[in-house]
Amino acid sequence: MKIAVCIKRTPDSETRFRIGATKSAIDEAGVKFDMDDFAGYAVEVALQLKEKAGSGEVVAFALGPDSVQETLRKAMSMGVDRAVQLKTDAVPYDGLAVAKALAAELKPGNFDLVLFGKHAFDSSAGVVGTATAELLNLPCVTAASKLEIANGKGAARRELEGAAELLEFGLPAVVTIDEGIARPRYPSLKGIMAAKKKPLASKPAQLAAPRVVVTGMALPPDRPPGRIVGEGAAAVTELVKLLQTEAKVL
Amino acid sequence: MLDFFNIDSQLSEDERAVRDSVRRFVDDRVLPIIGNCYVEGRFPKELVPEMAQLGVFGANLPEEYGCAGLNNVAYGLIMQELERGDSGVRSFASVQGALAMYPIFAFGSENQKRAWLPKMAHGEVIGCFGLTEPDFGSNPGGMITMAQEQADGTWLLNGGKMWITNGSTAQIAVVWAKTNGDKSERSIRGFIVPTNSKGFKARDQKGKLSLRASDTSELVFEDVLMPNDALLPKSGGLKSPLMCLTQARYGISWGAIGAAIACFEEALSYSKNRIMFDRPIGSFQLQQERIADMLTEITKAQLVSLHLGRLKDAGTYTPQQVSLAKRNNVDMATDVAREARRLLGAVGILAEYSAMRHMANLESVYTYEGTHDVHTLVLGQAMTGMSAFT
Repeated sequence: MKIAVCIKRTPDSETRFRIGATKSAIDEAGVKFDMDDFAGYAVEVALQLKEKAGSGEVVAFALGPDSVQETLRKAMSMGVDRAVQLKTDAVPYDGLAVAKALAAELKPGNFDLVLFGKHAFDSSAGVVGTATAELLNLPCVTAASKLEIANGKGAARRELEGAAELLEFGLPAVVTIDEGIARPRYPSLKGIMAAKKKPLASKPAQLAAPRVVVTGMALPPDRPPGRIVGEGAAAVTELVKLLQTEAKVL
Repeated sequence: MLDFFNIDSQLSEDERAVRDSVRRFVDDRVLPIIGNCYVEGRFPKELVPEMAQLGVFGANLPEEYGCAGLNNVAYGLIMQELERGDSGVRSFASVQGALAMYPIFAFGSENQKRAWLPKMAHGEVIGCFGLTEPDFGSNPGGMITMAQEQADGTWLLNGGKMWITNGSTAQIAVVWAKTNGDKSERSIRGFIVPTNSKGFKARDQKGKLSLRASDTSELVFEDVLMPNDALLPKSGGLKSPLMCLTQARYGISWGAIGAAIACFEEALSYSKNRIMFDRPIGSFQLQQERIADMLTEITKAQLVSLHLGRLKDAGTYTPQQVSLAKRNNVDMATDVAREARRLLGAVGILAEYSAMRHMANLESVYTYEGTHDVHTLVLGQAMTGMSAFT
């Protein structure tokens, strides 16, 4: 069982963001970056599938500047066998450009399974996984909340509004992983030390000129301050009136 | 998390990775249960396998004995994060690593190291450390516990120890005893004693108002027969257990920072949200002074421990420097915990908040591993060249 897991380095989700001087990206000063949460689920799933199969290899891929090596080493400290950095100064917003670079790297790798997070926390675009599947001409399941591999076939579950879908697919395949599928393990302290000795290859990313760019970012407007209409039962009439006429929620 | 002087930038990638892994463990597994454990007076034993899996026990000992082989800064950061959870949880790891595994590593035979260290790193064997006696705390050289060598090379142990963390949980005790009737401190040797040996009794210390989420016991030895290979062959004199304490105190200097950070973060958050006189209390000068003082003292302590860790990794640190760090940082943490509790007002007395739990815990930390006062005299002696102990 040979599994590729494609991960992204994103700002820690508890960061308070400011827009940077270019107005089209966040100010990265003081922002802590880590493996994207969804990518973390994908890594955990990959490791569990390998453990269940009893043998195989899990390889992590990430596109980005050298700082992404820290995230790849984190994946290796969790148990991933080796990692590949596709080096570029900045990760383009254009998901298809990223997918092409990844597909070119993945194609000769003969992976049985290629995993992604269903989307990344920073852009929430969700393009790269599906586009990579298309470029590799592989079946694709998005946002899997359960994934099993047996007898050369995959079985996945997807959560829908009020129901779930059960899917079956042949291998090789691309699957993007939803949150909550498995709790990512803590990198053990020995794992952190072992990761330093695992192979991490770095090669230039084959990136075409991006066809989509971010031109601006805006923060949501500040919430207006609350207003106290009155106190006790006497205020109810006024409150209901305002909820109907002003807030228009009733 | 408080890092006013960007200490992160002085840490290596591994050190940060280790810290972040333990931090997440403490957030996910310790903080949700520790308040209740404290109220119930229960050490959360269920966390031991997970802590072992993570690799925190003896994490700065070599990989060939099943340990993580980390440097001392990474080890210190582990202690910091564990004590951000609770001093009792950190104490468990300190005792297992610095006081039970370290003496086996430093004074044990190769056979003893191979027999015990991997099992202890994996949490399959829990250890405790028996030095202090009911009448000999700050003066351990006066101990009366005695081991007598028999004609066949076995040993008979008699005496007792007190204030022993993990005492009733442990499978082995590293016991320090005088030997063969010699009452001088030169005769002190270390022994690995299985706690199920005949004549070995451990009794829980009842009525603690501090370190309630930690096992503390009294040990009694009545003609405990120990095989020849119970002796730690390279131990000799009071210096041996004191070397273990230096290891543990080093970790404590980091741990105290963790407890202080927990109190600081809690107080800061409360100060921004608690409204009094129509304003957050954090907008009042009195609370801002508290916050500024806490921030300053924690930051100084962080720099002390980080630098001490670098010296320890370089092999150039001294026990007196460890005394300074333990003394300063624990004293700092007791002050921070008390001020945080006061800032919290009435809710500060609840177990739901952490400040008063840390405040009570830190009184033990202030007293154990060399009391604050004893470290004062260590530093006084280091500066003047004159001992004030006797």
